[in-house]
Amino acid sequence: MAILSKEEAKQILEKVMSFSTADSLEAGLSGSGRGNIRYARNTVTTSGFNDDISLGVTANFGKRSASSTINEFDDESLRKVVKRAEELAKLAPENPEFMEPLGPQEYKESKTYFKSTADISPEFRAEIAKNSIEPAKAKDVTAAGYLEDSSGFSSIMNSKGLFAYSQESELEFTVTMRTSDGTGSGWVSRDYNDVNQFNGAEASAVALEKAIMSREAKAIEPGKYTVIMEPAASVQLLGNMLYNMGARQADEGRSFLSKKGGGTKIGEKLVDERVNIYSDPFNELVPANGWNGDGLPRERTSWIENGVVKNMSYSRYWAKKQGVEPVPGPANGIMVGGDATTEDLIKSTKRGILVTRLWYIRTVDPQTLLYTGLTRDGTFYIENGKIKHPIKNMRFNESPIIMLNNLEELGQQQRINGNLVPVMKIRDFTFTSLSDAV
Amino acid sequence: MKRREFLQLAGMGVGGALLTVPLIGNAVDMDRLLESPIDVLEKKRLADIGLNAAKANGATYADVRIGRYLNQYIFTREDKLQNAVNTESFGVGVRVIANGTWGFASTLDVSDAGIQKAAEKATAIAKANGKIQTEPVQLAPVQSYGEVSWKTPLEKNAVAVPLKEKVDLLLSANAEAINNGANYVNSALFMINEQKYFASTEGSYIDQDVHCIWPNFNVTAIDPDTGKYKSRQALSSPMGMGFEYMDPRASSKKEGPGGTMHYFDRYDMIEDAGLAGKQTKEMLKADSIKAGKYDLVLDPNHLGLTIHESIGHATELDRVLGYEANYAGTSFATLDKWKSKDFKYGSDIVNVFADKTQEGSLGAVGYDDEGVKTKKWDLIKDGILVNYQAIRDQAHIINEDESHGCCYSQSWNDVQFQRMPNVSLEPGKEEYSPDDMIKDVEKGIYIVGRGSYSIDQQRYNFQFGGTLFFEIEEGKIKGPVNDVAYQSNTQEFWNSCSKICDKSDYKTFGSFFDGKGQPSQISSVSHGSATTRFDGVNVINTARNI
Repeated sequence: MAILSKEEAKQILEKVMSFSTADSLEAGLSGSGRGNIRYARNTVTTSGFNDDISLGVTANFGKRSASSTINEFDDESLRKVVKRAEELAKLAPENPEFMEPLGPQEYKESKTYFKSTADISPEFRAEIAKNSIEPAKAKDVTAAGYLEDSSGFSSIMNSKGLFAYSQESELEFTVTMRTSDGTGSGWVSRDYNDVNQFNGAEASAVALEKAIMSREAKAIEPGKYTVIMEPAASVQLLGNMLYNMGARQADEGRSFLSKKGGGTKIGEKLVDERVNIYSDPFNELVPANGWNGDGLPRERTSWIENGVVKNMSYSRYWAKKQGVEPVPGPANGIMVGGDATTEDLIKSTKRGILVTRLWYIRTVDPQTLLYTGLTRDGTFYIENGKIKHPIKNMRFNESPIIMLNNLEELGQQQRINGNLVPVMKIRDFTFTSLSDAV
Repeated sequence: MKRREFLQLAGMGVGGALLTVPLIGNAVDMDRLLESPIDVLEKKRLADIGLNAAKANGATYADVRIGRYLNQYIFTREDKLQNAVNTESFGVGVRVIANGTWGFASTLDVSDAGIQKAAEKATAIAKANGKIQTEPVQLAPVQSYGEVSWKTPLEKNAVAVPLKEKVDLLLSANAEAINNGANYVNSALFMINEQKYFASTEGSYIDQDVHCIWPNFNVTAIDPDTGKYKSRQALSSPMGMGFEYMDPRASSKKEGPGGTMHYFDRYDMIEDAGLAGKQTKEMLKADSIKAGKYDLVLDPNHLGLTIHESIGHATELDRVLGYEANYAGTSFATLDKWKSKDFKYGSDIVNVFADKTQEGSLGAVGYDDEGVKTKKWDLIKDGILVNYQAIRDQAHIINEDESHGCCYSQSWNDVQFQRMPNVSLEPGKEEYSPDDMIKDVEKGIYIVGRGSYSIDQQRYNFQFGGTLFFEIEEGKIKGPVNDVAYQSNTQEFWNSCSKICDKSDYKTFGSFFDGKGQPSQISSVSHGSATTRFDGVNVINTARNI
């Protein structure tokens, strides 16, 4: 039941439209099936499967709107959900920022669904866990991991003739390997739309090797260091920057893109000229939905081009008010990389730190996009082009804007959390204190 | 869902963000929230079907949770209602032990057949996982309570209050903030009702009706000349109360140092919004802190988060054992430290207790989600680590013969596991006020309200910010300051605790969306304390130029 075909979804939504007496009606129908397995202490702890489907309806009378949702799909239930939304809408105050629903749109197809992922079985999940636990036990290491797979569909329709439908599948895997003496820890993350690209044993081996390598870490003084950041380390900092590029906040003066005295930094150089960041739902390595919640088609959009702020996202309301075209926010983030491997970047580093991942990242100051957090699960000191020894974890206080201005070198891209991010070498990255945590 | 993500999605963290409510449940109309829940006798009949089906399939233990979760969220911005959403989620979860292993399954289909099928599925999962399980589940005994019930003591069900009254309250608060100097304001009311029925093969049938409320706002002031902007959130605490929390009364508030106002068991949202407008404007002109060592005077509405992160999470036994190693992390408070009976977690005056019975708190329930009657117990006594937070399958590990009653699931659809109870710092025994404390500080900072917060995966190293900062010089508040964050190590920090105000200053802070587990679940919990002093803490300056 979780995945309805395009025709099945369309039939339900058309029926919903036919039951309405509102000035306009918008409806969204989506469903998914999610399976998971969790293990820790070298044994499986929980696993399960969750199946759900849901219909949401928004009725509009003039500038009055309200929503209601249901997960029953017989005619009586569909009539009921429309009626509830309409009754509430008549009671709601007018919203001066109300926008009429969009008319029909054309969408390019994005290859986000793979049957191979939808067909994942409980036995497959157990096998992935086993492929982590057994090698870990053999090396006196303790594995804790989590695999979740999902497949589903999304569709929207409105009474102005818009209809959009897509199917998605995804798999996410993370595992933490901790040496049994408690002095070493390694971690890895993998995600794909097509499970056939996933090799659980390979991923677990990476985490296992890092755990063993990171035993008995030495402390170094906090301060400014050249860092080689694996994509898993930088992705959240970059994401925080990308998802804060809304035009309204900048125009209102409360964004890192606002300028002193008014106006925004669009068209200005913000970071190193080698930085190019864009989003593209049609990228085959990180496919994403080709339309947003309003039904606006998503296109490839450049956000930072040669270090210059190229675009900001505009809601339909804010775009109309500012007299520009709306720009949907990004569904993924792609940062252009180079040819160098992580090993190449290590080789060219006289003194520096290799960072596997960052943890508990929180905003310190939204105006400067200053964030704090810590390194975790594999932090190593580099000297004269080689990893010399593991080091204790450290807390950082840094802004992605400062970080991208201190870019030394870009390496190869890797997929991480649905994005493509290169390994990067950054100078003068600010660490402010030491942590004893392993 | 992490708190920050939720606040962003709700438009509280960023101006003008699209509002969506990502929490559990499907949107329903207001009337549905006031409909009578499913009859308790019918719940018992359905639960017995699940329990019997599990046993018939080979389970040695089973519990059934039938849940109806009813929430209402209202969001406004300046003079506009942005969204009012009612959500409902109804279903059943069945948990079993078969072949010494846990299994869980849930379903939306709350019928005889649906529950029977879920019980069979849960048992099958348990048996499948049993093949690679190494330690059979060992449950601490629990009393059979028979048919019992519990309800949050409340005077006014928030859902029954007309929507217009709630919207008017938020819009009035917004207007007050703007009238006092704010340029922008977002506000919200979160109202939660969990109707939970629990039954187990050990003979308990427990019906509970749990209510929580959280009013919040985010006020921003801008200085166009400098291009600077500052924001301040509400200084309310989320509470396990009804809408009576929103009825201000003079006896429930106190003026504090630096022109601050502190709310206890009632909240004056309009007054706080006005103060926020004024204080945010003042923050634009405040000095930047000089980095160095300071004595910190921490208000309960700030210290609650420090307790939460550095003691609450660190004493979760599942983290100590490694169940969270791949996600939230482990803990420095290892079993050997507890066994030594002399691990100095804090100074002699630090006494920290866990309590699931505290009236008005977010974590208060009569029974936990595996049918254990709730209670109060000590975690830190006279500075020494004396206990953890454990549930039925962990109690034997710390040589206890009963659970602490802190098992929780965010919905019927998720498996229950160990979650933090209310964890609180005992107030000082002698009469001592925040003003007395300020007088005794030579060089310090008085911090109010939550801000940026980050701690490592074993809960050693942390950095916290705050909402309002006031520099203290020779026993007096010098004025507001900006760009403050303090860094410390948990054990050093709690051992620097030198003075705690008395019980007249004791109040609760609340964490409304605390995340843990894979798949991640949220829970709400309160942390009580009085204003407390910590000596010689490292303060950094967070100002940057980009």
